[in-house]
Formats: sequence, structure tokens, C-alpha cells
Amino acid sequence: MPQEHIEEYLEAIYDIAGREGTAKTTEIAERLKNAPASVTEVFQRMKQKGLVRYELHKGVSLTGKGYKAAIKMKRKHRLLEVFLDKMLHLPHENIHEQACKMEHTLTDETETALCKTLKGPTECPHGSPIPPCNLEVKNCQECFSEQNLTLEKRDKDIIAITSLKHGEKAKIVFVRGGGGVMQRLCDLGLTNGTIISLLREAPMNGPVEICVRGCKLVIGRGIAEKIFVQKT
Amino acid sequence: MKVDLVVALAGNANVGKSSIFNQLTGLGQIIGNWPGKTVEKAEGVLLHHGKHIKIIDLPGIYSLSTYSQEEIVSREYIALEHPDIVVNVVDAAALERNLFFTLQLLEMGAPLVIALNLVDVAKKKGITINEKKLQQLLYAPVVPTIATKGIGVHEIVDAAIEQTAKQSSAYKNAIRYGPEIETRIEKLERVLTGVNIGYPMRWTAIKLLEGDSEIVNKVGEKHPDVIVAANILAGEISDIHKEPCSTVITSERYAVAARIVKEVQTFKESEKSSIGERFDALSMHSVWGYVLMFTIMLSILMFMSFFGGWLSEIVRNLFESINPHMTGFWPDLLWNGGVVGLYATLSVALGFILPFYIILGVLEDSGYLPKIAYLMDRPCHTIGLHGKACIPLLLAFGCNVPACVGCRIMETKRDRFIAIFLSTLVPCSARTVVILGLVGAYVGVQWALALYLIDFVLIFLIGRILNRFLPGVSVGIIMEMPPYRLPSGKVVMKQAWNRFKPFLITALPLIIFGSIIIEAMRITDVLYLVSNALSPVTVVWLGLPAFTGFLFIFGVLRKEAALVLLMTAAGTVDIRSAMSPVQMIVFALVIMIYVPCVATIAALVRETGWKKAGLITLTEIGLAISLGGIAFRLLSLFM
Repeated sequence: MPQEHIEEYLEAIYDIAGREGTAKTTEIAERLKNAPASVTEVFQRMKQKGLVRYELHKGVSLTGKGYKAAIKMKRKHRLLEVFLDKMLHLPHENIHEQACKMEHTLTDETETALCKTLKGPTECPHGSPIPPCNLEVKNCQECFSEQNLTLEKRDKDIIAITSLKHGEKAKIVFVRGGGGVMQRLCDLGLTNGTIISLLREAPMNGPVEICVRGCKLVIGRGIAEKIFVQKT
Repeated sequence: MKVDLVVALAGNANVGKSSIFNQLTGLGQIIGNWPGKTVEKAEGVLLHHGKHIKIIDLPGIYSLSTYSQEEIVSREYIALEHPDIVVNVVDAAALERNLFFTLQLLEMGAPLVIALNLVDVAKKKGITINEKKLQQLLYAPVVPTIATKGIGVHEIVDAAIEQTAKQSSAYKNAIRYGPEIETRIEKLERVLTGVNIGYPMRWTAIKLLEGDSEIVNKVGEKHPDVIVAANILAGEISDIHKEPCSTVITSERYAVAARIVKEVQTFKESEKSSIGERFDALSMHSVWGYVLMFTIMLSILMFMSFFGGWLSEIVRNLFESINPHMTGFWPDLLWNGGVVGLYATLSVALGFILPFYIILGVLEDSGYLPKIAYLMDRPCHTIGLHGKACIPLLLAFGCNVPACVGCRIMETKRDRFIAIFLSTLVPCSARTVVILGLVGAYVGVQWALALYLIDFVLIFLIGRILNRFLPGVSVGIIMEMPPYRLPSGKVVMKQAWNRFKPFLITALPLIIFGSIIIEAMRITDVLYLVSNALSPVTVVWLGLPAFTGFLFIFGVLRKEAALVLLMTAAGTVDIRSAMSPVQMIVFALVIMIYVPCVATIAALVRETGWKKAGLITLTEIGLAISLGGIAFRLLSLFM
């Protein structure tokens, strides 16, 4: 089975089930336009590789390893879309399909270079968020200023504040984005290594309320999605 | 007058600076439980044991960086005007974040007194602070205070006077960075020898390393070589830490603040959640939060409508009972012009304006406004703003002028312009007087509500249009959520009075004067001539009685005057005999939108410049006339 095939499956499961949900075999089959029987077969193989949890009648869900791989593909796909749109000015309707084909051959090195060249974009031309990289950096500026890339890979599983559950605590490890807002966040005490907790979030992708250094802060969704944390 | 001492109040937003200022000076600086009220510095003088002490209230800031206008205002004042003492007001319940700012003040070499405010709130949260120890660590006297109750405020002044007598530089050691940073600060200080931009040397060096744009520009103008040196040193620091230099320094300051807190603070977590916490959960709930918000807003409107109408009726009857019923030029002029003008103004003032200011004061003081900003953030994005804009927009219901100024809490020029434009469309208390006092009282409350609805739809549409066509994107909300507190009756009443006073002083004489003029013009038929000139618009297009023409002109001065003068111009207090329901609705609609009043236009010019102020004014005139004509034709079909 080609690697490309499995990557398509990972993305499809992520799109339907997300990080922790479960996707039905029929849903995946429909999406990838494959017969349910062959889909089940692929699931079995993915299970052997430790990418998914799969039970015959319950459906399929991503393991930690599978999730990381899926996110990686999403990142490559969306970065490519930005590249095709912003730099090559291809028509909007064509970029998704071409990115789909290119993403599987994109090396990690090219991925990082692409991110730097595009100045660390946060969302694809269709408005979906681009997952953060897995390099050992504390913010984008550091990466931009680094001449020769010798950054280590980050082993930790990092997530945006918005992905925390209510009441959950986590440590800030990476803030993405430009100078002004970052300075403000720092001034309010959201420096690297600070423990924060998510208190609540407003409906329909509204702002989040977090607790930091004994104060309550409300932060708009757009900014909160750029603050990445590691669960403690 | 000779001033013996200048004391500046500085600190984070919403820690009680303005409360302390009011307690000390007896002045009425607007206060409230939300961050960002004070946007300009205020001054007052206090006579303390025979000494004249000038108190300066600075806008609340979190840092001495230059993220916002307020930060620049405060920083320049402290560094360049050299107040004798800076009183750093500190929230005892959020010590770490507040000390981050204190450390920056120390770094700047400002002579400090710490007012440890809100000790009562901190105590409720289970926080106790060792003041003596804090005093030692910060090299500055610490005075515990409860500003809202006036506890400790005069001790601050005592400490300030005492502190000016002592000149010490020990405080400069309060914050020391890691050796790799300190050596570079020293190096840069050596390069800076002979460069003077008014700020202390060490502080300038640190700010250059942080890449502070203001300071870089100031120094770079004459000494570009210094900037080159600073960039190299900053680059070295960021190489060591793998982080930009400014973040490294910020993190270190926070580390020092955290260390101090660890030494001086003891924290005992209370078991059960406080009432405030539980109300937080309710008022910020995904469903109930919105239900509560709409209930509150609607009840305010309903209350205002019924209470205002009821009280106006009482005042009117009172005056009518003493009507001497004389006729002739002078009695007509005095009674219909002067007295009717007076009581009509009083009835709207006592019935609508004062009660509204009291309600607004309660909302402000309780800390509910920031919750609205949280709830409405997402909806605000559809009109290109973020949740903070709700606060000036709500204040605009009271009066558009402070709302325009309050729009400074918006971070970008674009956001500010949109917020200001929309604020001028919010029905202020003067317009509420016309809507509720005319349409609500004589046509029906449902029609008054419909007018509000039209206005809100208009605000929404204009917001959409501005968002679409103005270049740039909105930044997101970053706002502190203050805890709830029980509004203090004294503060609320005083606040309402401070807002109401200008109305009595400027509006009342103006309206009575206008009322007499109109009556004189009516008697001498001049009104007829003026109104005739405007009749193509008023009579033909809007379908209103001819005498309203003059009211529109006068309404530019004060919108509530339009209603009061309507009674004078119509020659009767019972407007029903002079205007049909459709005419009343159209009249109120036009008054609601047609132009911001002069005071608002002046504020617009000050905040946005002539061009944009003109644009807003003309757009609103055009809108009002078009909508008024359309409304007249539509309503005539079925009313």
C-alpha cells in the first residue's frame, strides 16, 4: 500500500472525526470514493501501524501517532495552498486539488522553508487554520531570524489554548504571530513557561477566558488560536 | 496658586486610581469597574495640612512599552514632567501582574509610593500580603488602601510628603537581570554616554535592547551608531535565549515579580466559590449569559419608558395646576416660552436622563460591562469590531460625547473610526427623550421599540459597510475581566450627578432661551417664514407640519430640545392635537438619525479630524432624510 494512500486516509479521518472523535467506515468510504470493503482493509493495516484505533462496528479514531501524522499532512496541504495562491497566483478553484497531490512528496525541510518564505501564515486561503510546526521554537520571530536552520524537532504534543478543555491547566510553549500583539500578551504575563488555565469560551467561536497569574483575561479567538500550550 | 508637591497616580487599568483621585481632590473623575475608562490625564488640587498638592490621574496601563496611546501618555508624563512622587496604585488581588509594572517604574527611577489597593477584595480571595516585606523589597513605602471607602488615601499623601524628603537611589537595585543581560546593559550605557533624550540612562539602554520604537526613533535621530550597537547586543541576547530580546527582558521582569510575590504573599484557597464566581458563571454562560443580557437591556428600556412617562406627567400636571391662564404678548411669551420650556426640560431631565445615568452607573460600577464585551465579541466581528467596542457603544446610550472619547480603548485607527461612527448612531438619552416622550407616550411603546430596532439594524448595516470598505483588518480583543462588586450607592449617585450637571448648566438655559425665542417668533410670525423655507423637505418630502423645520435646526444644539420646543412651537402641551401618529414617528425617526448634536460633532472633530467628522455628519443627514421620507410613505399606507 502506498504511503500516499494512508496519508489521504489520515486526513479524511481527521476531517470527519477530529482529534478525539470516531468516524464511520461508510463516511470515509463516501469521502474517498472507495468501496467500504477496501476501506476496512486499509483500516486494519493502519491499526497495525499504530495510527488508528479501529473496531469493526464502532468505526475508526486517530491515535496520538495518527493524529500527529494527520496534522502534519494538513499543515503541508494548507501551506502549499497559501503558496499556490499568494506566490503563484493560481485560480482559487484549482489550488486545493493540486495541493492534494503535492503534499505527499513535500519534505519536512521544504515545509519549514515554505513556512518561513510565506512569513508563517496562520490560515489557508479558504480560512482553515494551519497547524503549528513541530520545531523547538518559542515564537515565529525566532525562526525568521535564524539563518541556518538547526532547530531541533519538538517531541512534545502542543495544542492551541482553544483546544484545552474547560478548567484544564497548561504551560505556554509557543506563541505564533507578529510583534505588537505578542508584546501585549507578554506584558499581561503570558510569557513562555507560564501556567494558564482555560476558564470558559463563548459560543460560536467566540473569545476565551483564561486565568493567568491570578488574573482573568478575555482573549479573542483569533489571538488565542496562536498561543500554544503543553498540558501539564 | 503655589503648588508644593506634584503627585501622579499610575498603575494598571482598573485598580482604583480614579477612585483615589476623587477621594483626594473631591472632583468627579468618571470611575467604573472596567479597564480603560481614563483615557486622558486629569488634574486636581488637594489642601493637605497647609500644603497645596497637585494630583494627576494617569490612564491605566500594563507596561511602559508603546502598545497603546495611553502608555505613551503615562510614560512621557512620568519620565519627562518629573512629578515629585509617583503613587503606584497596585491591585492586591492581582499582585504579580501589578508588580510587573511597579518594577518598570522603579527601573525608570521614578520616586515611588505604593498604594496597595483593594486589600478587602484580596482578603476575600484568601490573599494576605506582608506589607513590611514588600516595602523592603521594593525600596518604597507601601500603604494599604480601600479606595472606594476612602481608607488609607490620606496616608498615601503623608507617605508621599515623607518620601520627597528622603532622596535615595537604593531602589535602582530593585531589579537585576541575569549577568548575560546586565553586562550588555552596561556596555550600551557606555555607548550612550553623552546622549540625552530626557529619560534615565539605564532605562534608555534597556528600552533600546527591547527595541522600543519610540526610544529607538528618538535616539536614532542623532545617534544612529547607538542603534547599531543596541541591535548587535540585543541580537546576542536573543541568540543565547533563543527568543527575541524584548521577550527575554519581559520574562525576566515577570520572574522577579513572581519571586517577590512568593516572598510577601500567603494564599489560602477558599473552599466554596464566592457569589461573584457563581454570578460570573451565569452571566458568561453560553445560553443564560445572553438571556440575562437581553433581559437586562429590555427591562432598562421598559423601565425608562414607563417611569419617564409617569414622572413627566406628574411634573406637567404640577405646572399646569399653577397656570394663570392669561393671554397677551408678554404672558404668552413668559408662560409658553419660559415656563413651559422650563418644565418640559425638567420633566425630561428627571424622567429620562437622570434615571438613565443612575442605571448606567450601576452597570459600570458592578463590573458587568466587560461581560457584555465578552458575550458580544463574536457578534461584533460581523461589523468589523471586537467586543471592547460594546463598552463605548453602551455608554453612547447615555451621551455620544464620552462614547466618542471612550472609543480610544480600540487599538487601531480603523477600529476606532468604525466604533466612533457607530456610537454617533446610538440613541443617546436625549434621543431617548424624543423617542419615548413622543412616540412611546402618544403612539405606543411598541412603536418606540420599533424605532430602536430600526436604529440597531442601521448601526449593524453601516458597520458591515464600513468593515467592507475600510482597508485593514480588526485585531482581536485582549481584555482583563474585573471581578464583580456590589455597586456603591454613593459612588453611583455621585457619578450620575457628575454626568447630569453639565446638562443642567448648559442645556437647561439653552432650551429655555430657545423656547422663548420660538414663542416670540411664533407670535410675530417669523417662525412661519423660517419654517416655510424648509418646507420642501419637511412638508413635501417628510410630510411633517411646517413648524418642525425650525425644530430640526434647533435640535442640532440639543436633541431633547426638539421635543420640548415642539410643545412650544405647536402652541400646546398635548401634541396629539398638532401631529398625527405617523408624523410623530417620522419626526422621532429623523431626530434620531439626522445629525449628531453640536457637542458630538465637536468631539468627532477632536477625535477624528474635520474630514471624517464631516463625512459622518453628512452621511447621517442624508440617511435621516431618505429614511424619513420612505417611512412617511410606508406608514401612511396603513396608519
